[in-house]
Amino acid sequence: MKLPLPPLPDVLKPKPRRPGEAGRDKPLDQAKEAGIATVDWVDERTSLSGGLRWLMFRKVPKGTNWFYTLGSATMFAFLSQAVTGVFLAMYYDPSITHAYESARYITNEVFLGEFVRGMHKWGSSVMVILIFLHMARTFFFGAYKYPRELNWLIGVVLLILTFVMSLTGYLLPFDQRSYWATVVASNITGTGPLVGPFLADFLRGGAEFGSTTLSRFYAIHMLLVPGAIAALIGAHLYLVARLGTTAPPWQRAESVKGIREEQV
Amino acid sequence: MADGRKEPKSKYTLDQGIPGAFEGETVTRRRFMTATAHGAGAVAVAAFALPSLGFAAGSALFDRPPVKWKAIGPTADFPDDTYVPRVITEVAGIGQVGRTTIYVRARNADDPPPNPSDYDEQFIAVSTRCMHLGCPVRYVDAAKRFICPCHGGVYNFTGAVDGGPPVRPLDRFYTRVSDGQVEVGARYSVNSEFRRYPSYRDPAQDLDGIGQYVYPGRFSTPQMD
Repeated sequence: MKLPLPPLPDVLKPKPRRPGEAGRDKPLDQAKEAGIATVDWVDERTSLSGGLRWLMFRKVPKGTNWFYTLGSATMFAFLSQAVTGVFLAMYYDPSITHAYESARYITNEVFLGEFVRGMHKWGSSVMVILIFLHMARTFFFGAYKYPRELNWLIGVVLLILTFVMSLTGYLLPFDQRSYWATVVASNITGTGPLVGPFLADFLRGGAEFGSTTLSRFYAIHMLLVPGAIAALIGAHLYLVARLGTTAPPWQRAESVKGIREEQV
Repeated sequence: MADGRKEPKSKYTLDQGIPGAFEGETVTRRRFMTATAHGAGAVAVAAFALPSLGFAAGSALFDRPPVKWKAIGPTADFPDDTYVPRVITEVAGIGQVGRTTIYVRARNADDPPPNPSDYDEQFIAVSTRCMHLGCPVRYVDAAKRFICPCHGGVYNFTGAVDGGPPVRPLDRFYTRVSDGQVEVGARYSVNSEFRRYPSYRDPAQDLDGIGQYVYPGRFSTPQMD
């Protein structure tokens, strides 16, 4: 099966063979052939290459700059949180009597524990900062306008889910700061009119901060919300690939001026 | 319509695009099967989603563990002109996290008469949960006031708000005297006129005026035994 080549720059395009070299496959050529054969085998059965090409080799507008990397940066912050979180879960114990001790054990005893926990802790702040910068870029470049309103809405849901992650993760070390921050947060939830008191009870798992509050927060933090965030990042990226990115506003102003001059 | 294909006989099939329908037939077999399959799918999803939701929310919203009366000392320990701190276990089985400080004194002549209840309530047990956002308040004897370290909430000697952001007086606990021992029971909330709300509210939930309707009580109150 012969696939059309992606639009590569000239330096990366494979050079044609010299006359007389044909038939003499070097080991490197053979390895290359094996790789291509494997990819072809998968592609013949999945047709993934079309979708990947659609996703990766998109036309981007003139004026695309470093600000356009903030979304990817946020996604990598999320990936970092996901990976470090999965491994932290291997040592963490979400029970009221053992949570603090297991967090202390991760930090002080486990090899690289302090580093991985630090990545997760500081990475959460990094993710919130990046998500705001990404949102500011979208806002100031006018990239939320038609036809990208739905992507803005998905982004806002992702922002809220990130806050839910920050809130539920804050309780998990289970020190004094975690405990009182959660008491305050659940009481703020309770101030919502009519439904607030019931939401607060749902969050705590009862009228008081009790034995299920911590495991409830843990389940929300590591199962419920990360799944939703991953799914919504997929939708967010699909819409980016579907609709393309916007040119910066100054770029657009230039093109409008050009059209006007043509008309005159 | 393409050549060689039969014209639809029924106006219903023509309008509604239902192939193979009899004259006048609106629910075809295909439609019936589609609806049945979707319905079966909805039933299957509901069969696991609804019990799961009920499992996650029901116990939190409806279950109130019964409250045990807790003896906190002989009646002579508690004067009527100052508070004595006691530590009680409010939530059993979770160690230190379930413990809380309360301030207790005897009822004095200046106090309003107690709300009607089944218990004698000769003593007043005040919760240390700040009615702004739930931080622990501390009684300062020199000032005769309760002071919250978080956001500057101040309550007077009776527990009514003296200043800062709290929205209602400090919660209280039912008290009774049994065998010469003062015992405390369940928590209850009061509004600024010290009217009792047995279904106690979380901090920051106003109980004056419209507040008591905006912040409804829980579906049940804890039973004391």
